[in-house]
Amino acid sequence: MEMKPLTRVLLGLVCLLVAIWLVAPTLVVVPMSFNANKSLAFPPQGFSWQWYQNFATNPEWSTSFLNSLKVASIVAVLATVLGTLAAFGLDRMKARPANLLRMLMLTPMVVPGVVLAIGIYAVYLDTKLVGTLLGFVLAHTILALPFVLIAVSANLEVFDRRLETAAASLGAGALTTFRTVTLPLILPGILSGLLFAFATSFDEIVVSLFITNPYLKTLPVQIFASITRDADPTVAAVGTILLFATTILIGGGMLLLGRERKGRL
Amino acid sequence: MSASEPTTQPAAEGRAGWAWRPYALTLPALILLAAVIGYPLLTIVLRSLSEPEWGVQNYVWFFGAPINLTVLQRTFAISAWVTLVCVVCAYPYAYLMTAVGPRVRLMLVLCVLIPFWVSGVVRTLSWVILLQDSGVINSLLRSVGFSGVRLIRTQTGVVIGMAQVLLPFMILPLYSVMKGIDLRLMRAAESLGARPSRAFFTVYLPLSLPGVYAGAMIVFILALGFYITPALLGGPRSTMLSTLVQNQVLSLLQWGRGGAMGVVLLVATFVLLALAAPVMRSRHREAGRR
Repeated sequence: MEMKPLTRVLLGLVCLLVAIWLVAPTLVVVPMSFNANKSLAFPPQGFSWQWYQNFATNPEWSTSFLNSLKVASIVAVLATVLGTLAAFGLDRMKARPANLLRMLMLTPMVVPGVVLAIGIYAVYLDTKLVGTLLGFVLAHTILALPFVLIAVSANLEVFDRRLETAAASLGAGALTTFRTVTLPLILPGILSGLLFAFATSFDEIVVSLFITNPYLKTLPVQIFASITRDADPTVAAVGTILLFATTILIGGGMLLLGRERKGRL
Repeated sequence: MSASEPTTQPAAEGRAGWAWRPYALTLPALILLAAVIGYPLLTIVLRSLSEPEWGVQNYVWFFGAPINLTVLQRTFAISAWVTLVCVVCAYPYAYLMTAVGPRVRLMLVLCVLIPFWVSGVVRTLSWVILLQDSGVINSLLRSVGFSGVRLIRTQTGVVIGMAQVLLPFMILPLYSVMKGIDLRLMRAAESLGARPSRAFFTVYLPLSLPGVYAGAMIVFILALGFYITPALLGGPRSTMLSTLVQNQVLSLLQWGRGGAMGVVLLVATFVLLALAAPVMRSRHREAGRR
């Protein structure tokens, strides 16, 4: 649509401001993490690596980081298996029950975090699951499940089931068909589900705050505790590390994808 | 696969006896769902009705205490403000995404997605840093003549922080709807003599409304249940319902009262979802037809 130059400039300006508003808070942690003083006042003073050192050597931080890695890895595998199975089931059901069950399985996304958290906390108190690995894994898995379901379902929707019939008609058994035809074609969906599940668990805070105890803390719980307790720039260092790790992962993934696509052409 | 297996699937499918298999595949997920979502939510509903004794006294208490009603009202008000801010900011942004070339569009998409690269708690920390009384934003405001503006521990601060977290949920559905709008319709309106602004308000805006509606519903529903951002950015005068629930349960050990508040929040969420669902479903169907 044709726009007057003035409208165009105004639109560009507004969008620039929105973009800054979206991105700037993400980047603020980077300069803060090199602060020489133990304060979170902006702008930071001086330069030091001490907060990175603290993250690596202080057991409170390193243990919670390792806990998060452990929980998120188990959750990623478990949620991906359960979510992929469920997505297959829903795909092969009749529309009415499939829609109902799908809605049911997506509820973890919309139930307010705190309501779910007090519910799970109540049950965990009774079953002695507070502060246990199993407790964290179960809670995070159910929260991650919808993301796997959505990712795999999206892939199944465009998957041509006649390919399975073709494989079967050529004599392949159900398992061979799945392994050699179905799985490779829906693998992108499964992998992105795996990634989403890992990220969901690694980032989960509300339920974690309730089911944590001094023996088992995940990284977000430790970050929250640190923010509410004092102005420790170690959180900024952690934020910066996470930012760079994600950037490298996503950037690498994009480069790989791009190269693969080019290679095929 | 015995023939006695009750099947509704006609034999035309070729594997009539296997009709139960899809259900078996969903079973593990459903069991976990029942155990980790269903049972806990049921526990909360029961506790709200049974502690300290059976009855609706917790709900009577909730709706009888002015402070609770204030917080309930504030929770809705903050969510409404956040939704409004998101709509106003997302609309031009999503529009620009449809109007630029692929390179700039990639940049704009990246700006929407980058906030997701950092953990939610860390992002809220960034807002604490930016909004604090000696923070960047206050310094900026002071330099242009607005001194003594308080942002942290105020409702304004909470709205700014929450809207930034929720903005992507507004931009993405809006963009997916705007992408499908045929811009030739605008040209047609203009060729028939409508001024650009008139063409926009009578043609483009109505066509984009489903996206606004979908995004606004998602943002509003998610905002209602927000906990971390108001807890860290807010003060006593910007408490939202979630914080009150947490306080009742963890600090006061009042499971009945906390449960009743939780149920109110849950019911509000599901009522809104039920209101939103038919509209979104029809939109989905339309998109499928295309």
